[in-house]
Amino acid sequence: MATGKVFKYGDNVDTDVIIPARYLNAPSPEELAKHCMEDIDAAFASAVKPGDIVVGGWNFGCGSSREHAPIAIQANGVACVIAASFARIFYRNAINIGFPILECPEAAEAIGNGDTVSVDFGTGVITDETTGQRFQAAAFPPFINNIISHGGLLPYLKAGKD
Amino acid sequence: MGMTMTQKILAAHAGLPSVRAGDLIEAKLDLVLGNDVTTPVAVGVFEQAGFTSVFDREKIAIVLDHYTPCKDIKSAQLCKTARGFAQKHGITHLYDVGKAGIEHALLPELGLVAPGDCVIGADSHTCTYGALGAFSTGVGSTDMAAGMAAGENWFKVPPAIRVTLTGSLPAYVSGKDVILHLIGLIGVDGALYKSLEFTGPGVAALSMDDRFTIANMAIEAGGKNGIFPVDEKTIEYVTGRVDRPWTAYEADPDAVYESEVTIDLSALKPTVSLPHLPSNTRTIDEVKGMPIDQVVIGSCTNGRISDLRAAAELLRGRAVADGIRCIVIPATQSVYKQCVAEGLTDIFIDAGCVFSTPTCGPCLGGHMGCMAEGERAVATTNRNFVGRMGHTESEVILASPAVAAASAVKGALASPFDL
Ligand code: SF4
Repeated sequence: MATGKVFKYGDNVDTDVIIPARYLNAPSPEELAKHCMEDIDAAFASAVKPGDIVVGGWNFGCGSSREHAPIAIQANGVACVIAASFARIFYRNAINIGFPILECPEAAEAIGNGDTVSVDFGTGVITDETTGQRFQAAAFPPFINNIISHGGLLPYLKAGKD
Repeated sequence: MGMTMTQKILAAHAGLPSVRAGDLIEAKLDLVLGNDVTTPVAVGVFEQAGFTSVFDREKIAIVLDHYTPCKDIKSAQLCKTARGFAQKHGITHLYDVGKAGIEHALLPELGLVAPGDCVIGADSHTCTYGALGAFSTGVGSTDMAAGMAAGENWFKVPPAIRVTLTGSLPAYVSGKDVILHLIGLIGVDGALYKSLEFTGPGVAALSMDDRFTIANMAIEAGGKNGIFPVDEKTIEYVTGRVDRPWTAYEADPDAVYESEVTIDLSALKPTVSLPHLPSNTRTIDEVKGMPIDQVVIGSCTNGRISDLRAAAELLRGRAVADGIRCIVIPATQSVYKQCVAEGLTDIFIDAGCVFSTPTCGPCLGGHMGCMAEGERAVATTNRNFVGRMGHTESEVILASPAVAAASAVKGALASPFDL
């Protein structure tokens, strides 16, 4: 369960926008966090608070296969990303580092920038507390939930997939 | 509800009677691949998580191909990390300088991938092996680490686009022209999350090398994988290479496809992609004459023997035009040797080309042919993004080996029909 303020962006938010290539040579999560989204929203990194939620449109995270992109968002304390759809390798990478993402075109469209939204990861229910609207995202099957709750794919495997 | 070929392979590797598009599954892996750029990152993740052994030392392939023979100290350090990991864990399939080739040409050639396999590789063009009727897809470094540790990974079962091929290829038209044409039709995200399943009577007329080229660029349409049916040519190719049992999967007659595309191979013309997207396609006659500075013939897309034969046929007895640099790079040691045996090497050198040891080199702007500001190349590679082959103000035009060789001779973007 997470509740936070929404930072909303459009379609095709690419990995170069999420974390520009010029910062990849110093890849500590803290450094990456500072530059997250800076090419489309310079205020993001200073305004975002732990527990806040990023909402995007179609094809969120398209571009290169860099794992630094979900790491940069996660390192800002963002609780999850909700988008209409995710680019394939971003989707994998996010889950693999234990960062929850939800696909829900209706929510991605209806939720407004600055709204307060809560997400129940167990059921996939997204509630826009500002407008009262509720949305149903596809819930992850138990083993993907397990990966996320273990903090990523490798810790999950290490723990014997219990 | 019927399954596509990809879905059947995934179901079998997940131990499930059936799967449907959108299902999240865990599937066993037959091979996990990494290269000199991605393996070191995966090694870091693997070791940080506290793993001390790999799932099967014979089912991991580490190929040092991108910056090798090492172009600088940084790449030498990367190779050292990858090599050290392979040695520590006794990984059988480590391919180092002198034995290496470009990974996606090398693995099929060595028989490391078989029809029906489930393969991941920390390199986006891992989709190449779909030519053999395997499920094969590119992933991130954490995925590679997980694959090496556990021998399995999770997948979201993809829906598919059915691409029906009819007719057969005319002279000077190749697999490269087929895939560029298709990407031009559906766009760089036309197959996002999806399989491209090739089928139809035209498949039989395509050589294995053409099929490798086509499957290789499925990712350039956003695809998760590209896959071909297993036929006589596939069986002939894997016989004597693959020394283990394998399974040919077929799509169910009632398999569900999200959309359909039909391509009449006989109607295709030599096709190129102008900067800066693979989907920016034109037929050669629309754009020939564009000035160029460099020609690159090679890469995991077009560095196989039939590619080099096609280029050599046009360069035989001719010369690379003044002011043009033509770089020819066989994809593997065995392609290299074959070029020597068939006299292709002499043809290239006599024409004034550089003929190099196998490497990715210029394809990713690594070495062996980086470009300066304002320069333009015709290349048989697969990506023409901004800055891909060097300076951000340089340009790459994607083309077949025949178009590339003709352009080298003419000194400008040219059609092989005009020589
Ligand atoms: S040849 Fe180019 S596209 Fe192919 S693996 Fe090497 S760098 Fe990647």
